[in-house]
Amino acid sequence: MMKRLLLSAAALALSTSMAQAQYSDNKVKIGVLTDLSGTYSDLAGQGSVEAARMAVEDFGGKLNGMPIEIVSADHQNKADIASSIGRKWYENESVDAIFDLVTTAAAVAVREVSREKGKIDINSGAASTVLTNAQCSNTGFHWTYDTYALAVGTGNAVVKQGGDTWFFLTADYAFGHDLQAQTEKVVKANGGKVLGAVRHPFPNSDFSSFLLQAQGSGAKIIGLANAGADTINAIKQAKEFGITQSGQKLAGLLVFLSDVNSLGLETAQNMQLTTGFYWDMDDGTRAFSKKFSERMKGKMPTMVQAGVYSSVMHYLKAAQAAKSDEGIKVADKMRELPIADFFAKNGKIRADGRMVHDMYLAEVKKPAESKGAWDYYKILRTIPGDEAYKPLAESACALVKK
Amino acid sequence: MNRLTPQVILVLTLIALAIIAPLGIYPIFLMKGLCFGLFAAAFNLLLGYVGLLSFGHAMFFGFSAYVTAHAAKEWGLTPELAILAGIATAAALGAVTGWLAIRRSGIYFAMVTLAFSQMMYFVAVQAPFTHGEDGIQGVPRGRLFGLIDLNDTIVMYYFVLAVFVASLLLIHRIITSPFGQVLKAIRDNEPRAISLGYQVDRYKLLAFVLSAGLAGLAGSLKALVFQLASLTDVHWHASGEVVLMTLLGGVGTVFGPTVGAFLVVAIQNYLSEVGSWVTIIQGVIFVVCVLLFRSGMIGVMTPWLKRRGITG
Repeated sequence: MMKRLLLSAAALALSTSMAQAQYSDNKVKIGVLTDLSGTYSDLAGQGSVEAARMAVEDFGGKLNGMPIEIVSADHQNKADIASSIGRKWYENESVDAIFDLVTTAAAVAVREVSREKGKIDINSGAASTVLTNAQCSNTGFHWTYDTYALAVGTGNAVVKQGGDTWFFLTADYAFGHDLQAQTEKVVKANGGKVLGAVRHPFPNSDFSSFLLQAQGSGAKIIGLANAGADTINAIKQAKEFGITQSGQKLAGLLVFLSDVNSLGLETAQNMQLTTGFYWDMDDGTRAFSKKFSERMKGKMPTMVQAGVYSSVMHYLKAAQAAKSDEGIKVADKMRELPIADFFAKNGKIRADGRMVHDMYLAEVKKPAESKGAWDYYKILRTIPGDEAYKPLAESACALVKK
Repeated sequence: MNRLTPQVILVLTLIALAIIAPLGIYPIFLMKGLCFGLFAAAFNLLLGYVGLLSFGHAMFFGFSAYVTAHAAKEWGLTPELAILAGIATAAALGAVTGWLAIRRSGIYFAMVTLAFSQMMYFVAVQAPFTHGEDGIQGVPRGRLFGLIDLNDTIVMYYFVLAVFVASLLLIHRIITSPFGQVLKAIRDNEPRAISLGYQVDRYKLLAFVLSAGLAGLAGSLKALVFQLASLTDVHWHASGEVVLMTLLGGVGTVFGPTVGAFLVVAIQNYLSEVGSWVTIIQGVIFVVCVLLFRSGMIGVMTPWLKRRGITG
């Protein structure tokens, strides 16, 4: 038995090293590194992998005659796992670019490796603006949204409707801290006040003590600077505690379509949120989303998943135009080419790696307003890209010439 | 000296294999295996030779990783100094924890160490220098002694291998020394060791500090290999993992923990792409191993090796 075990271990080790020998640059290989099993698996996860596959298929499966391959893996939202998978992909499996990268801690870890190896990483899932500031890179891009855009969109809207005192419930890692800080700025700029904040571990399932603190603060608005299952749990538990019924309002600063689907319209109704994509906007978005949902058991794409499609497509176009899969060459081409697809009508990539496109302020429909499955959002306002994203002049990115 | 006993030949063969291994196997994976192998060997020093089951070894492993990462990144220390800072931290932590924990044995000892390790986990989450969930990222590997560039993966591998072999020799030396004999005597019959006049607590404490320091060395190496120190390494999962590695490989054997570590790391590494099935596969392998080789893989092989005069 043990012999067999050892043998199979040896065979495993051998097969991976042999696989390496077959690969050469006659292939374009992209990796989708995401959360396949945890808190964020609904909003990114398998859907992101499927979106990347769709982009490759729509591109034709071949790039200048070379086949395009996709690999995917689960980083379990942990920086160390993300970093070691990223390293393994670049060093050992000749992966040319990594996509999705939900969770800021994991995204920053991969950014470090990508910069070192001169390879491309395109973030769709992670939110923190650190990716286009302190951690910006020649070959790193941030595609779908960021904490600044969320704060500008949702923060502004809520304060303008009279929600001028805030208490934050913040996921205790870079993303949460960043989202809270950005939103605080917006609240204060609009004349609002921040009464306090509490940080919860990530991921978390019991929000009772944090919610009680928020209730005790007397703030009109409880800002949820977290995401995914954490946001869902916080909103559900706030309802159970009677917080929402007693007049305090919740402001989910990062809410995805999948979250609204889990919460149900009854719970989520009237909530305002900022999104980079909604499936029911025009023929282009509907066509993509219909195809996506057919492949994902009826689920409509979140902005992260749609962003993965868009970013993979743009990467492939740039790689074709650059006639190379060398990181820096493709990155230059990506900055040069405009982005015009169903996801971003007039997208452009700035020096700091930020893909600037229009964002949308949406309100969750009341159950009576919803005409069918996944009919969840009313788009209240289009936020032009230059307003939604942090001006380049304020960027802390070393690549931005001032 | 230098007689080529079968034992020496075996060790030399293993070292030779380790030297050529990066030709065929991904070096980062090998380094991860070596780091965890050293961690498990350090843990085994306590469990296998003093009979103390610590359930908090992750604090030495993880905290030393943090200190090394911080020293290399923020203070710009060379790798060897950063590693020494890590070891010193781990040993100091070991001295404090050990001083309290060795007053108890069995489950109470395990619980005291677990409690300390949870406290250190809390510190790791909250202290500003660890950067909470993000960990310390982008740790520079730097130049060894200011000369040898460790950014080359192969150079890094041989550095890790050299440290690993030296540490295993040190552990071998410790357990075969008179000090090690006393440790085994304490493990087998503590009252008798006391009646023979040994200051049992001192021996236990020293063994604890040595084990903590070596676990710290493993953590420091890992921080440099992955250029990252994160919460994963201080989490109690890591404490549990090292117990499993040691049990799988064989408690109280020199090579067992390393074999167990490589097995666990291989499962995590090569099966990570099948997603949530990993934990199930891991579980099945553990159950099979525990049922089939109760004394661990190397533990099972030991009588066979002894018959051929390979281990003493």
